[in-house]
Amino acid sequence: MAREQHDYDDIPGTFVFDQERSRQGFGINMFCMSLMKDENRKAFKANEPEYLKKFNLTPAQADAILKRDYNRMLELGGNIYFTAKLGATDGHSFRHLAAVMTGSTQDDYANMMLAGGRSVEGNRSRSGKDAKPAKKPTKKAKAKSKTKARAKPRSKRG
Amino acid sequence: MARIIAGVTSSHVPAIGAAIDNHQTEEPYWKRVFSGFERSKEWMRQAKPDVVILIYNDHASAFSVEMVPTFALGCAAEFPPADEGWGPRPVPVVKGHPELAAHIAQSVILDEFDITVVNKMEVDHGLTVPMNLLFGSPKEWPCPVIPLAVNVVLYPPPTGHRCFMLGRAIRKAVQSYPEDLRVVVFGTGGMSHQISGPRAGLINSKFDKAFLDNLSKNPQKLARMPHLEYMREAGAEGIEMVMWLVMRGALDDKVDEIYRFYTVPASNTAVGHIILEPRGKKAAGKGKKPAGKMKRAAARAKSEVRRSK
Repeated sequence: MAREQHDYDDIPGTFVFDQERSRQGFGINMFCMSLMKDENRKAFKANEPEYLKKFNLTPAQADAILKRDYNRMLELGGNIYFTAKLGATDGHSFRHLAAVMTGSTQDDYANMMLAGGRSVEGNRSRSGKDAKPAKKPTKKAKAKSKTKARAKPRSKRG
Repeated sequence: MARIIAGVTSSHVPAIGAAIDNHQTEEPYWKRVFSGFERSKEWMRQAKPDVVILIYNDHASAFSVEMVPTFALGCAAEFPPADEGWGPRPVPVVKGHPELAAHIAQSVILDEFDITVVNKMEVDHGLTVPMNLLFGSPKEWPCPVIPLAVNVVLYPPPTGHRCFMLGRAIRKAVQSYPEDLRVVVFGTGGMSHQISGPRAGLINSKFDKAFLDNLSKNPQKLARMPHLEYMREAGAEGIEMVMWLVMRGALDDKVDEIYRFYTVPASNTAVGHIILEPRGKKAAGKGKKPAGKMKRAAARAKSEVRRSK
């Protein structure tokens, strides 16, 4: 069944962790929770595909985890507070993961944050129909992120 | 009779906790953040609350996706710091106030807020980081804390209006508690941030500043703000600012803004902090309340005077 569309699906570059994604992503998030325990982190690292078999994942979900495709994990029902535990298992902070998800280098992302972060201008709406359209829509953020362009069609596929 | 003497908001960015735990608070990046809370800590020392009610969200520590309570009230005698994957934070165990918490649960449920009562719970950075920012890093926390965990992870969180009205119900509950207790309510999280997806790194200072203004003067306007607007304007995770409205609902309609601090960034996030007191009822310090434009400057001067004593 196709994903039911919601008003917030119009926000670009964003996968809202809603009831439908939570239902789909239960296995991803429970896998991530299991990484709170050191013995599980070790077992996962020893044989990742084998460890994932315990969590009733779809092939696409397992693939996203093995490839550390964080955007795809979110799209398939992972939540950032959970997937961050996978990041931590790999030794990465929230900020590191954020940079990865935007397709930026770590330095570029850190510099963007120091300069005040990503502007909301031009980043409010996919359709451009929101109440506060950007006066000068920039493609700066889009150009920065190749994952963003990729994320668009995927989220419609559900 | 117990009474609410002030409301405080504060970010709860995990990296702030890590900076404290790794002794990086004097590094320029972090000093910019921590220096904004120096006056607040002084204010807190003067306010001397008997109890803190702390509104926060759990980050897949106490609650996984197995159970997702919308409002969970911590009624236990103590709340150990959670192991978030790097071992528990080296902060004191949070002592609860089971008597007042039980009284609040009894009262707000009959006021039609069907909260979840939690008698065993670990607390993560969402609770302990604001405690550090307002109380520093003492060996024991100076007062008991009643945690109220709000689901802002699984969409939809409760509406801003619902949060505001729960604050009202908490206020009624506190005011009907017979013991003479001074209560400070914390609303935590925010401000604008998105830490997930290709739009991560979003910061909207204009939105944040308007939010702080309205929190002081026109909270009813904020209570009507739809979730879409939070997510679109303040980032997918910026929606956690609905928690601030629980705090605001627990205060009088008219409040005095005692202090405000705002800075960008802390990790992926805009840091916002405000202290509000019921109008004309001073929680901390002596003398008359400064008014109007001079308020913040006066508060600043005052706290500097206090420090120099």
